[in-house]
Amino acid sequence: MSKVYLILQDNDISRYIVEAVEADNPQVTINYQPALIRLEAEGRMVVNRDTVEEKLGRQWDVQELHLNLITLGGNVDEDDERLELSWAI
Amino acid sequence: MAAKKLNLKDKYKLLTRDLDWEFSYEDRKKAFPYEDFEGIKINDWSKWEDPFRLTMDAYWKYQAEKEKKLYAIFDASSQHNGHLNVSDPRYINAIKLFLTGISPLEYQAYQGFAHVGRQFGGVGARVACQMQSIDELRHVQTQVHAMSQYNKYFDGFHDWTHMHDRVWYLSVPKSFFDDARTSGPFEFLVAISFSFEYVLTNLVFVPFMSGAAHNGDMATVTFGFSAQSDEARHMTLGLEVIKFLLEQDEGNVAIVQKWIDKWFWRGCRLLSIVGMMMDYMLPNKVMSWKEAWEVYFEEAGGALFKDLARYGIRMPQYADIVEKEKEHVSHQAWWTFYTYGHAAGFHTWIPTDAELDWLSEKYPDTFDKYYRPRWELAKKLESEGKRIYNNALPQLCNTCQIPMLFTEMSEPGQIAYRVSEYKGDKYHFCSDGCQHIFEEEPEKYVQSWLPAHQIYMGNCGGPDVPDILRDYYHFNLGADNLDMKGSPDEQRWNEWKKQG
Repeated sequence: MSKVYLILQDNDISRYIVEAVEADNPQVTINYQPALIRLEAEGRMVVNRDTVEEKLGRQWDVQELHLNLITLGGNVDEDDERLELSWAI
Repeated sequence: MAAKKLNLKDKYKLLTRDLDWEFSYEDRKKAFPYEDFEGIKINDWSKWEDPFRLTMDAYWKYQAEKEKKLYAIFDASSQHNGHLNVSDPRYINAIKLFLTGISPLEYQAYQGFAHVGRQFGGVGARVACQMQSIDELRHVQTQVHAMSQYNKYFDGFHDWTHMHDRVWYLSVPKSFFDDARTSGPFEFLVAISFSFEYVLTNLVFVPFMSGAAHNGDMATVTFGFSAQSDEARHMTLGLEVIKFLLEQDEGNVAIVQKWIDKWFWRGCRLLSIVGMMMDYMLPNKVMSWKEAWEVYFEEAGGALFKDLARYGIRMPQYADIVEKEKEHVSHQAWWTFYTYGHAAGFHTWIPTDAELDWLSEKYPDTFDKYYRPRWELAKKLESEGKRIYNNALPQLCNTCQIPMLFTEMSEPGQIAYRVSEYKGDKYHFCSDGCQHIFEEEPEKYVQSWLPAHQIYMGNCGGPDVPDILRDYYHFNLGADNLDMKGSPDEQRWNEWKKQG
Protein backbone atom coordinates (compact mmCIF):
# COMPACT_ATOMS: atom_id res chain seq x y z
CA MET A 1 0.00 0.00 0.00
CA SER A 2 1.33 3.47 -0.92
CA LYS A 3 1.81 6.17 1.68
CA VAL A 4 -0.38 9.23 1.98
CA TYR A 5 1.11 12.34 3.55
CA LEU A 6 0.19 15.68 5.02
CA ILE A 7 2.72 18.46 5.62
CA LEU A 8 1.87 21.28 8.03
CA GLN A 9 3.62 24.48 9.01
CA ASP A 10 5.39 23.99 12.29
CA ASN A 11 3.33 26.35 14.45
CA ASP A 12 1.13 26.41 17.51
CA ILE A 13 -2.12 25.38 15.81
CA SER A 14 -0.46 22.55 13.90
CA ARG A 15 0.80 21.11 17.18
CA TYR A 16 -2.80 20.27 18.14
CA ILE A 17 -3.73 19.05 14.66
CA VAL A 18 -0.75 16.68 14.85
CA GLU A 19 -1.96 15.43 18.25
CA ALA A 20 -5.40 14.81 16.79
CA VAL A 21 -4.01 12.94 13.79
CA GLU A 22 -1.85 10.83 16.09
CA ALA A 23 -4.86 9.97 18.25
CA ASP A 24 -7.01 8.87 15.31
CA ASN A 25 -4.32 7.24 13.14
CA PRO A 26 -2.14 4.99 15.30
CA GLN A 27 0.04 4.00 12.32
CA VAL A 28 1.05 7.59 11.47
CA THR A 29 4.73 8.58 11.49
CA ILE A 30 5.79 12.14 12.24
CA ASN A 31 8.92 13.78 10.97
CA TYR A 32 10.09 17.30 11.91
CA GLN A 33 12.12 19.33 9.41
CA PRO A 34 13.00 23.05 9.48
CA ALA A 35 9.68 24.95 9.69
CA LEU A 36 7.53 21.95 8.75
CA ILE A 37 5.99 18.77 10.12
CA ARG A 38 5.49 15.79 7.83
CA LEU A 39 2.81 13.21 8.72
CA GLU A 40 2.82 9.96 6.79
CA ALA A 41 0.69 6.84 6.89
CA GLU A 42 0.19 3.77 4.85
CA GLY A 43 -2.94 3.85 2.66
CA ARG A 44 -5.13 6.21 4.64
CA MET A 45 -5.07 9.14 7.06
CA VAL A 46 -7.92 11.13 8.53
CA VAL A 47 -8.17 14.50 10.28
CA ASN A 48 -11.38 14.53 12.35
CA ARG A 49 -13.01 17.80 13.32
CA ASP A 50 -14.16 16.43 16.71
CA THR A 51 -10.69 15.36 17.74
CA VAL A 52 -9.04 18.59 16.62
CA GLU A 53 -11.69 20.59 18.54
CA GLU A 54 -11.05 18.53 21.63
CA LYS A 55 -7.28 19.10 21.41
CA LEU A 56 -7.61 22.81 20.56
CA GLY A 57 -10.33 23.46 23.10
CA ARG A 58 -12.37 25.48 20.61
CA GLN A 59 -14.53 25.13 17.51
CA TRP A 60 -12.61 24.27 14.37
CA ASP A 61 -13.79 24.16 10.78
CA VAL A 62 -12.19 21.45 8.64
CA GLN A 63 -11.45 24.08 5.97
CA GLU A 64 -9.30 25.96 8.52
CA LEU A 65 -6.76 23.26 7.84
CA HIS A 66 -5.76 25.28 4.76
CA LEU A 67 -4.29 28.00 6.97
CA ASN A 68 -1.58 25.66 8.25
CA LEU A 69 -1.36 23.19 5.39
CA ILE A 70 1.73 23.12 3.17
CA THR A 71 1.02 20.14 0.97
CA LEU A 72 -0.52 16.68 0.85
CA GLY A 73 -0.46 13.48 -1.14
CA GLY A 74 -3.33 11.08 -1.79
CA ASN A 75 -6.92 11.25 -2.98
CA VAL A 76 -8.73 13.90 -0.95
CA ASP A 77 -12.22 13.56 0.44
CA GLU A 78 -13.45 16.41 2.61
CA ASP A 79 -16.77 17.12 4.30
CA ASP A 80 -17.95 18.98 7.43
CA GLU A 81 -16.65 16.30 9.76
CA ARG A 82 -13.27 15.25 8.41
CA LEU A 83 -10.61 15.36 5.75
CA GLU A 84 -9.49 11.99 4.50
CA LEU A 85 -6.48 11.10 2.37
CA SER A 86 -6.27 7.70 0.74
CA TRP A 87 -4.77 5.59 -2.01
CA ALA A 88 -6.79 2.76 -3.53
CA ILE A 89 -3.77 0.45 -3.77
CA MET B 1 -35.29 30.68 14.52
CA ALA B 2 -31.98 30.87 12.69
CA ALA B 3 -31.85 29.15 9.30
CA LYS B 4 -30.19 25.76 9.39
CA LYS B 5 -26.57 25.92 8.28
CA LEU B 6 -25.98 24.22 4.94
CA ASN B 7 -23.57 21.35 4.91
CA LEU B 8 -20.47 21.60 2.74
CA LYS B 9 -21.78 19.44 -0.09
CA ASP B 10 -25.06 21.34 -0.43
CA LYS B 11 -23.32 24.69 -0.16
CA TYR B 12 -20.85 23.70 -2.87
CA LYS B 13 -23.70 22.59 -5.11
CA LEU B 14 -25.67 25.81 -4.65
CA LEU B 15 -22.73 28.18 -4.95
CA THR B 16 -21.09 26.41 -7.88
CA ARG B 17 -23.31 24.21 -10.02
CA ASP B 18 -26.34 26.42 -9.59
CA LEU B 19 -24.46 29.40 -10.99
CA ASP B 20 -24.49 27.82 -14.45
CA TRP B 21 -27.20 28.40 -17.04
CA GLU B 22 -28.56 26.77 -20.15
CA PHE B 23 -27.85 28.29 -23.53
CA SER B 24 -31.27 28.91 -25.02
CA TYR B 25 -30.51 31.26 -27.92
CA GLU B 26 -26.71 31.03 -28.36
CA ASP B 27 -24.84 28.07 -29.78
CA ARG B 28 -23.00 26.36 -26.93
CA LYS B 29 -20.24 25.23 -29.27
CA LYS B 30 -19.51 28.82 -30.22
CA ALA B 31 -19.42 29.85 -26.57
CA PHE B 32 -16.72 27.26 -25.81
CA PRO B 33 -14.76 27.12 -29.06
CA TYR B 34 -11.62 25.44 -27.69
CA GLU B 35 -13.31 22.52 -25.98
CA ASP B 36 -13.17 20.13 -28.94
CA PHE B 37 -10.06 20.74 -30.95
CA GLU B 38 -7.59 18.72 -28.89
CA GLY B 39 -9.59 15.54 -29.41
CA ILE B 40 -10.68 15.26 -25.78
CA LYS B 41 -14.25 14.06 -25.32
CA ILE B 42 -16.36 15.25 -22.39
CA ASN B 43 -19.69 13.47 -22.11
CA ASP B 44 -20.97 14.85 -18.81
CA TRP B 45 -19.50 17.89 -17.06
CA SER B 46 -21.72 17.33 -14.01
CA LYS B 47 -19.45 14.42 -13.05
CA TRP B 48 -16.73 16.96 -12.20
CA GLU B 49 -16.12 16.87 -8.46
CA ASP B 50 -13.99 19.32 -6.48
CA PRO B 51 -12.82 17.34 -3.45
CA PHE B 52 -12.30 20.47 -1.34
CA ARG B 53 -15.73 21.82 -2.23
CA LEU B 54 -14.45 25.32 -1.77
CA THR B 55 -16.97 28.08 -2.43
CA MET B 56 -16.17 31.71 -3.13
CA ASP B 57 -17.21 32.99 0.32
CA ALA B 58 -14.98 30.49 2.14
CA TYR B 59 -12.22 31.17 -0.38
CA TRP B 60 -12.11 34.90 0.41
CA LYS B 61 -12.33 34.24 4.15
CA TYR B 62 -9.38 31.86 4.31
CA GLN B 63 -7.26 33.66 1.74
CA ALA B 64 -7.67 36.91 3.71
CA GLU B 65 -6.46 35.15 6.84
CA LYS B 66 -3.45 33.75 5.01
CA GLU B 67 -2.57 37.22 3.73
CA LYS B 68 -2.86 38.81 7.18
CA LYS B 69 -0.47 36.28 8.66
CA LEU B 70 1.92 36.63 5.75
CA TYR B 71 2.12 40.42 5.75
CA ALA B 72 2.55 40.54 9.53
CA ILE B 73 5.65 38.43 9.04
CA PHE B 74 6.94 40.56 6.15
CA ASP B 75 6.58 43.64 8.37
CA ALA B 76 8.34 41.93 11.26
CA SER B 77 11.11 40.74 8.99
CA SER B 78 11.84 44.18 7.51
CA GLN B 79 11.46 45.98 10.86
CA HIS B 80 14.01 43.66 12.40
CA ASN B 81 16.54 43.86 9.55
CA GLY B 82 15.70 40.37 8.32
CA HIS B 83 18.32 40.67 5.59
CA LEU B 84 21.03 40.50 8.26
CA ASN B 85 19.69 37.26 9.68
CA VAL B 86 20.33 35.05 6.66
CA SER B 87 22.98 32.39 7.14
CA ASP B 88 25.42 33.70 4.55
CA PRO B 89 25.12 36.40 1.83
CA ARG B 90 25.61 33.74 -0.86
CA TYR B 91 22.13 32.49 0.03
CA ILE B 92 20.55 35.69 -1.36
CA ASN B 93 21.58 34.61 -4.87
CA ALA B 94 19.10 31.75 -4.76
CA ILE B 95 16.40 34.34 -4.09
CA LYS B 96 17.57 36.45 -7.06
CA LEU B 97 17.13 33.42 -9.25
CA PHE B 98 13.72 32.78 -7.69
CA LEU B 99 12.50 36.33 -8.41
CA THR B 100 13.75 36.44 -11.99
CA GLY B 101 13.05 32.82 -12.92
CA ILE B 102 10.13 31.51 -10.86
CA SER B 103 7.94 34.44 -9.71
CA PRO B 104 7.15 35.49 -13.30
CA LEU B 105 5.79 31.97 -13.85
CA GLU B 106 3.21 32.66 -11.16
CA TYR B 107 2.06 35.58 -13.28
CA GLN B 108 1.95 33.37 -16.36
CA ALA B 109 -0.09 30.83 -14.36
CA TYR B 110 -2.51 33.61 -13.37
CA GLN B 111 -2.99 34.51 -17.04
CA GLY B 112 -3.21 30.88 -18.11
CA PHE B 113 -5.90 29.93 -15.60
CA ALA B 114 -7.91 33.09 -16.31
CA HIS B 115 -7.90 32.05 -19.96
CA VAL B 116 -8.75 28.36 -19.61
CA GLY B 117 -11.25 29.09 -16.85
CA ARG B 118 -13.29 30.87 -19.48
CA GLN B 119 -13.01 27.99 -21.95
CA PHE B 120 -14.53 25.04 -20.10
CA GLY B 121 -18.17 24.15 -20.52
CA GLY B 122 -18.40 22.78 -16.97
CA VAL B 123 -19.03 25.23 -14.17
CA GLY B 124 -17.10 23.25 -11.53
CA ALA B 125 -13.95 23.46 -13.63
CA ARG B 126 -14.54 27.14 -14.36
CA VAL B 127 -14.87 28.03 -10.67
CA ALA B 128 -11.78 26.01 -9.71
CA CYS B 129 -9.73 27.71 -12.46
CA GLN B 130 -11.00 31.13 -11.41
CA MET B 131 -9.83 30.54 -7.83
CA GLN B 132 -6.51 29.22 -8.99
CA SER B 133 -6.05 32.23 -11.24
CA ILE B 134 -6.57 34.57 -8.27
CA ASP B 135 -4.21 32.42 -6.17
CA GLU B 136 -1.46 32.74 -8.74
CA LEU B 137 -1.82 36.52 -8.86
CA ARG B 138 -1.53 36.52 -5.07
CA HIS B 139 1.63 34.42 -5.32
CA VAL B 140 3.42 36.79 -7.65
CA GLN B 141 2.39 39.79 -5.56
CA THR B 142 3.48 38.30 -2.25
CA GLN B 143 6.78 37.16 -3.74
CA VAL B 144 7.52 40.63 -5.10
CA HIS B 145 6.66 42.17 -1.73
CA ALA B 146 8.82 39.69 0.18
CA MET B 147 11.81 40.18 -2.07
CA SER B 148 11.52 43.96 -2.31
CA GLN B 149 13.14 43.97 1.13
CA TYR B 150 16.26 42.36 -0.34
CA ASN B 151 16.27 44.79 -3.26
CA LYS B 152 17.14 47.54 -0.77
CA TYR B 153 20.36 45.82 0.26
CA PHE B 154 21.57 43.48 -2.50
CA ASP B 155 22.31 43.74 -6.23
CA GLY B 156 20.46 41.91 -8.98
CA PHE B 157 16.81 42.46 -7.95
CA HIS B 158 16.21 45.68 -9.86
CA ASP B 159 14.67 44.72 -13.21
CA TRP B 160 13.32 41.18 -12.99
CA THR B 161 10.43 41.40 -15.48
CA HIS B 162 12.70 42.87 -18.13
CA MET B 163 15.30 40.17 -17.48
CA HIS B 164 12.75 37.37 -17.53
CA ASP B 165 11.85 38.23 -21.13
CA ARG B 166 15.43 38.40 -22.40
CA VAL B 167 18.16 36.67 -20.37
CA TRP B 168 19.56 33.42 -21.77
CA TYR B 169 18.91 31.12 -18.80
CA LEU B 170 15.54 32.74 -17.99
CA SER B 171 14.20 31.74 -21.39
CA VAL B 172 14.10 28.22 -19.90
CA PRO B 173 11.25 28.91 -17.43
CA LYS B 174 9.66 31.53 -19.69
CA SER B 175 9.42 29.20 -22.68
CA PHE B 176 8.08 26.40 -20.48
CA PHE B 177 5.02 28.45 -19.59
CA ASP B 178 4.72 30.00 -23.06
CA ASP B 179 4.55 26.44 -24.35
CA ALA B 180 1.80 25.48 -21.87
CA ARG B 181 -0.23 28.63 -22.48
CA THR B 182 -0.17 28.20 -26.25
CA SER B 183 -1.57 24.68 -25.89
CA GLY B 184 -5.27 23.89 -25.79
CA PRO B 185 -7.13 24.23 -22.47
CA PHE B 186 -7.01 20.54 -21.54
CA GLU B 187 -3.32 20.23 -22.34
CA PHE B 188 -2.71 23.34 -20.23
CA LEU B 189 -4.41 21.67 -17.25
CA VAL B 190 -2.53 18.40 -17.70
CA ALA B 191 0.71 20.40 -18.08
CA ILE B 192 0.32 22.83 -15.21
CA SER B 193 -2.29 21.42 -12.80
CA PHE B 194 -1.17 17.83 -13.02
CA SER B 195 2.36 17.35 -14.30
CA PHE B 196 3.76 20.54 -12.82
CA GLU B 197 1.66 21.20 -9.70
CA TYR B 198 0.95 17.67 -8.63
CA VAL B 199 4.11 15.93 -9.58
CA LEU B 200 6.81 18.62 -9.37
CA THR B 201 6.05 21.87 -7.48
CA ASN B 202 6.41 20.21 -4.10
CA LEU B 203 10.12 20.11 -4.86
CA VAL B 204 10.24 23.91 -5.14
CA PHE B 205 7.93 24.84 -2.32
CA VAL B 206 8.61 22.21 0.32
CA PRO B 207 12.28 21.18 0.66
CA PHE B 208 13.64 24.40 -0.86
CA MET B 209 11.45 26.53 1.42
CA SER B 210 12.39 24.44 4.40
CA GLY B 211 15.94 25.29 3.33
CA ALA B 212 15.05 29.00 3.26
CA ALA B 213 13.90 28.66 6.90
CA HIS B 214 17.09 26.83 7.75
CA ASN B 215 19.06 29.75 6.28
CA GLY B 216 17.25 32.36 8.36
CA ASP B 217 15.04 33.74 5.57
CA MET B 218 11.74 34.24 7.35
CA ALA B 219 10.08 36.20 4.53
CA THR B 220 10.77 33.59 1.84
CA VAL B 221 9.75 30.55 3.83
CA THR B 222 6.53 32.30 4.75
CA PHE B 223 5.54 33.25 1.21
CA GLY B 224 6.64 29.81 0.09
CA PHE B 225 4.46 27.92 2.51
CA SER B 226 1.59 30.34 2.06
CA ALA B 227 1.76 29.75 -1.69
CA GLN B 228 2.08 26.02 -1.24
CA SER B 229 -1.06 25.91 0.91
CA ASP B 230 -2.87 27.07 -2.24
CA GLU B 231 -0.85 24.57 -4.25
CA ALA B 232 -2.25 21.76 -2.12
CA ARG B 233 -5.63 22.74 -3.52
CA HIS B 234 -4.17 23.05 -7.03
CA MET B 235 -2.61 19.60 -6.78
CA THR B 236 -5.94 18.18 -5.78
CA LEU B 237 -7.47 19.93 -8.78
CA GLY B 238 -4.72 18.46 -10.97
CA LEU B 239 -5.50 14.94 -9.82
CA GLU B 240 -9.22 15.58 -10.28
CA VAL B 241 -8.65 16.84 -13.84
CA ILE B 242 -6.82 13.66 -14.74
CA LYS B 243 -9.37 11.33 -13.17
CA PHE B 244 -12.22 13.26 -14.76
CA LEU B 245 -10.70 13.14 -18.26
CA LEU B 246 -9.90 9.45 -17.95
CA GLU B 247 -13.36 8.56 -16.68
CA GLN B 248 -15.16 10.60 -19.33
CA ASP B 249 -14.01 8.71 -22.39
CA GLU B 250 -11.66 5.86 -23.13
CA GLY B 251 -10.31 7.77 -26.12
CA ASN B 252 -8.90 10.37 -23.73
CA VAL B 253 -6.40 7.96 -22.15
CA ALA B 254 -3.84 7.97 -24.97
CA ILE B 255 -4.02 11.77 -25.37
CA VAL B 256 -3.57 12.35 -21.64
CA GLN B 257 -0.66 9.89 -21.45
CA LYS B 258 1.10 11.72 -24.27
CA TRP B 259 0.70 15.04 -22.46
CA ILE B 260 1.91 13.53 -19.16
CA ASP B 261 5.01 12.20 -20.92
CA LYS B 262 5.74 15.55 -22.53
CA TRP B 263 5.15 17.74 -19.49
CA PHE B 264 6.89 15.47 -17.03
CA TRP B 265 10.03 15.71 -19.14
CA ARG B 266 9.66 19.48 -19.65
CA GLY B 267 9.17 19.84 -15.87
CA CYS B 268 12.23 17.73 -15.02
CA ARG B 269 14.41 19.86 -17.26
CA LEU B 270 13.04 23.04 -15.69
CA LEU B 271 13.72 21.74 -12.19
CA SER B 272 17.42 21.24 -12.85
CA ILE B 273 17.69 24.90 -11.74
CA VAL B 274 15.99 24.06 -8.44
CA GLY B 275 18.29 21.08 -7.97
CA MET B 276 21.26 23.41 -8.28
CA MET B 277 19.68 25.91 -5.87
CA MET B 278 19.27 23.19 -3.25
CA ASP B 279 22.67 21.54 -3.58
CA TYR B 280 24.83 24.62 -4.16
CA MET B 281 23.01 27.81 -3.18
CA LEU B 282 21.71 26.95 0.32
CA PRO B 283 24.67 27.34 2.69
CA ASN B 284 22.80 25.49 5.48
CA LYS B 285 21.66 22.19 4.00
CA VAL B 286 18.34 20.46 4.65
CA MET B 287 18.51 17.60 2.18
CA SER B 288 20.20 16.98 -1.14
CA TRP B 289 18.40 17.32 -4.45
CA LYS B 290 18.66 13.57 -4.84
CA GLU B 291 16.98 12.95 -1.48
CA ALA B 292 14.26 15.49 -2.24
CA TRP B 293 13.68 13.82 -5.61
CA GLU B 294 13.35 10.43 -3.95
CA VAL B 295 10.80 11.65 -1.40
CA TYR B 296 8.73 13.98 -3.57
CA PHE B 297 8.87 12.27 -6.91
CA GLU B 298 9.85 8.64 -6.58
CA GLU B 299 7.80 7.97 -3.46
CA ALA B 300 4.92 10.46 -3.80
CA GLY B 301 4.78 10.34 -7.60
CA GLY B 302 5.19 6.56 -7.55
CA ALA B 303 2.11 6.25 -5.33
CA LEU B 304 0.19 8.52 -7.67
CA PHE B 305 1.03 6.57 -10.80
CA LYS B 306 0.24 3.29 -9.07
CA ASP B 307 -3.18 4.74 -8.27
CA LEU B 308 -3.68 5.87 -11.88
CA ALA B 309 -2.76 2.46 -13.31
CA ARG B 310 -6.42 1.42 -12.98
CA TYR B 311 -7.20 3.95 -15.74
CA GLY B 312 -4.50 2.60 -18.02
CA ILE B 313 -2.00 5.37 -17.22
CA ARG B 314 1.65 4.34 -16.80
CA MET B 315 4.71 6.10 -15.40
CA PRO B 316 5.88 8.99 -17.61
CA GLN B 317 8.18 8.13 -20.48
CA TYR B 318 11.87 8.63 -19.65
CA ALA B 319 11.25 8.25 -15.89
CA ASP B 320 14.09 5.70 -16.00
CA ILE B 321 16.52 8.33 -17.39
CA VAL B 322 15.36 10.84 -14.82
CA GLU B 323 16.04 8.36 -12.04
CA LYS B 324 19.69 8.27 -13.11
CA GLU B 325 19.86 12.03 -13.66
CA LYS B 326 19.14 12.83 -10.01
CA GLU B 327 22.81 11.94 -9.34
CA HIS B 328 24.10 14.44 -11.91
CA VAL B 329 21.91 17.38 -12.93
CA SER B 330 22.53 19.75 -10.02
CA HIS B 331 26.31 19.39 -10.43
CA GLN B 332 26.22 19.85 -14.19
CA ALA B 333 23.97 22.91 -13.89
CA TRP B 334 26.00 24.70 -11.19
CA TRP B 335 29.25 24.06 -13.04
CA THR B 336 27.71 25.68 -16.12
CA PHE B 337 26.57 28.73 -14.17
CA TYR B 338 29.97 28.96 -12.46
CA THR B 339 31.79 28.98 -15.78
CA TYR B 340 29.26 31.48 -17.23
CA GLY B 341 29.23 33.56 -14.03
CA HIS B 342 30.14 36.73 -15.95
CA ALA B 343 26.89 36.38 -17.93
CA ALA B 344 24.58 35.60 -14.99
CA GLY B 345 22.52 38.14 -13.06
CA PHE B 346 23.59 36.64 -9.73
CA HIS B 347 26.86 35.57 -8.14
CA THR B 348 28.46 32.15 -8.41
CA TRP B 349 31.25 30.56 -6.39
CA ILE B 350 33.28 27.45 -5.69
CA PRO B 351 31.70 25.42 -2.87
CA THR B 352 33.64 25.57 0.41
CA ASP B 353 35.63 22.49 1.43
CA ALA B 354 32.92 21.57 3.95
CA GLU B 355 30.31 21.86 1.20
CA LEU B 356 32.38 19.71 -1.16
CA ASP B 357 32.58 17.08 1.60
CA TRP B 358 28.80 17.25 2.06
CA LEU B 359 28.31 16.72 -1.67
CA SER B 360 30.73 13.76 -1.63
CA GLU B 361 28.75 12.24 1.22
CA LYS B 362 25.35 12.83 -0.40
CA TYR B 363 26.43 11.64 -3.86
CA PRO B 364 28.82 8.79 -3.09
CA ASP B 365 28.44 7.20 -6.54
CA THR B 366 29.04 10.26 -8.68
CA PHE B 367 30.46 13.33 -6.98
CA ASP B 368 34.03 12.24 -6.32
CA LYS B 369 34.25 10.46 -9.62
CA TYR B 370 32.90 13.12 -11.97
CA TYR B 371 32.46 16.46 -10.26
CA ARG B 372 34.84 16.99 -7.34
CA PRO B 373 37.94 16.98 -9.57
CA ARG B 374 36.51 19.93 -11.54
CA TRP B 375 36.09 21.96 -8.36
CA GLU B 376 39.59 21.07 -7.20
CA LEU B 377 40.87 22.34 -10.55
CA ALA B 378 38.73 25.50 -10.27
CA LYS B 379 40.16 26.10 -6.79
CA LYS B 380 43.71 25.74 -8.07
CA LEU B 381 43.10 28.10 -10.99
CA GLU B 382 41.36 30.62 -8.76
CA SER B 383 44.32 30.61 -6.34
CA GLU B 384 46.58 31.39 -9.31
CA GLY B 385 44.34 34.32 -10.23
CA LYS B 386 42.90 32.49 -13.25
CA ARG B 387 39.22 32.06 -12.31
CA ILE B 388 37.48 30.17 -15.14
CA TYR B 389 35.06 32.10 -17.35
CA ASN B 390 33.80 30.52 -20.54
CA ASN B 391 33.45 33.21 -23.21
CA ALA B 392 31.84 31.22 -26.02
CA LEU B 393 28.05 31.42 -26.26
CA PRO B 394 26.55 28.05 -25.37
CA GLN B 395 24.58 25.97 -27.83
CA LEU B 396 20.99 25.65 -26.59
CA CYS B 397 18.54 22.76 -26.76
CA ASN B 398 15.75 23.70 -29.15
CA THR B 399 13.05 22.39 -26.82
CA CYS B 400 13.99 23.16 -23.19
CA GLN B 401 16.38 26.00 -24.19
CA ILE B 402 18.94 24.88 -21.59
CA PRO B 403 22.57 25.00 -22.75
CA MET B 404 23.80 21.60 -23.89
CA LEU B 405 25.20 20.70 -20.49
CA PHE B 406 23.58 17.35 -19.73
CA THR B 407 25.52 14.17 -20.32
CA GLU B 408 24.62 10.69 -21.47
CA MET B 409 23.50 8.74 -18.42
CA SER B 410 25.27 5.67 -19.78
CA GLU B 411 28.47 7.71 -20.08
CA PRO B 412 28.46 10.67 -17.66
CA GLY B 413 31.63 12.20 -19.15
CA GLN B 414 30.02 12.63 -22.56
CA ILE B 415 27.70 15.57 -23.37
CA ALA B 416 24.45 14.31 -24.93
CA TYR B 417 23.66 15.65 -28.40
CA ARG B 418 20.66 14.86 -30.55
CA VAL B 419 19.91 16.32 -33.97
CA SER B 420 16.73 16.35 -36.06
CA GLU B 421 16.14 17.73 -39.49
CA TYR B 422 12.94 19.53 -40.37
CA LYS B 423 12.25 21.19 -43.74
CA GLY B 424 15.93 21.31 -44.53
CA ASP B 425 17.07 22.87 -41.22
CA LYS B 426 18.91 21.17 -38.39
CA TYR B 427 17.68 21.36 -34.79
CA HIS B 428 19.72 20.38 -31.73
CA PHE B 429 18.57 18.77 -28.48
CA CYS B 430 19.98 17.89 -25.07
CA SER B 431 18.22 14.55 -24.77
CA ASP B 432 15.92 11.95 -26.30
CA GLY B 433 13.07 13.50 -24.27
CA CYS B 434 13.49 16.96 -25.78
CA GLN B 435 14.05 15.57 -29.29
CA HIS B 436 10.89 13.48 -29.03
CA ILE B 437 8.83 16.50 -27.96
CA PHE B 438 10.11 18.46 -30.97
CA GLU B 439 9.37 15.66 -33.39
CA GLU B 440 5.77 15.39 -32.16
CA GLU B 441 5.13 19.11 -32.81
CA PRO B 442 7.89 20.53 -35.01
CA GLU B 443 5.80 23.46 -36.29
CA LYS B 444 5.57 24.72 -32.73
CA TYR B 445 9.20 24.31 -31.71
CA VAL B 446 10.84 25.63 -34.87
CA GLN B 447 9.57 28.98 -33.58
CA SER B 448 11.59 28.80 -30.33
CA TRP B 449 13.19 32.15 -29.42
CA LEU B 450 16.65 30.89 -28.52
CA PRO B 451 18.68 33.60 -26.76
CA ALA B 452 22.09 32.50 -28.10
CA HIS B 453 20.77 32.36 -31.68
CA GLN B 454 19.13 35.73 -31.28
CA ILE B 455 22.43 37.25 -30.15
CA TYR B 456 24.20 35.84 -33.21
CA MET B 457 21.40 37.14 -35.42
CA GLY B 458 22.04 40.64 -34.06
CA ASN B 459 18.64 40.94 -32.37
CA CYS B 460 19.98 41.68 -28.89
CA GLY B 461 22.21 44.68 -29.47
CA GLY B 462 25.91 44.30 -29.02
CA PRO B 463 28.25 43.81 -30.74
CA ASP B 464 30.13 42.43 -27.71
CA VAL B 465 28.82 40.27 -24.90
CA PRO B 466 29.26 42.99 -22.22
CA ASP B 467 27.17 45.40 -24.36
CA ILE B 468 24.39 42.82 -24.53
CA LEU B 469 24.53 42.08 -20.82
CA ARG B 470 24.44 45.77 -19.91
CA ASP B 471 22.14 47.28 -22.53
CA TYR B 472 19.85 44.44 -23.54
CA TYR B 473 19.62 42.50 -20.25
CA HIS B 474 19.96 45.53 -17.92
CA PHE B 475 22.65 43.88 -15.77
CA ASN B 476 24.79 46.23 -13.71
CA LEU B 477 28.12 44.81 -14.77
CA GLY B 478 30.60 44.29 -11.99
CA ALA B 479 27.79 44.36 -9.40
CA ASP B 480 25.16 41.80 -10.45
CA ASN B 481 27.44 39.31 -12.16
CA LEU B 482 30.85 37.64 -11.57
CA ASP B 483 32.07 35.71 -8.53
CA MET B 484 30.70 36.21 -5.03
CA LYS B 485 34.28 36.81 -3.93
CA GLY B 486 35.05 40.51 -4.22
CA SER B 487 31.45 41.44 -5.13
CA PRO B 488 29.80 44.61 -3.77
CA ASP B 489 27.25 42.29 -2.08
CA GLU B 490 30.05 40.63 -0.16
CA GLN B 491 31.75 43.92 0.73
CA ARG B 492 28.54 45.43 2.07
CA TRP B 493 27.76 42.29 4.09
CA ASN B 494 31.18 42.40 5.72
CA GLU B 495 30.67 46.09 6.58
CA TRP B 496 27.28 45.41 8.18
CA LYS B 497 28.64 42.52 10.20
CA LYS B 498 31.59 44.60 11.41
CA GLN B 499 29.20 47.27 12.64
CA GLY B 500 26.96 44.67 14.29
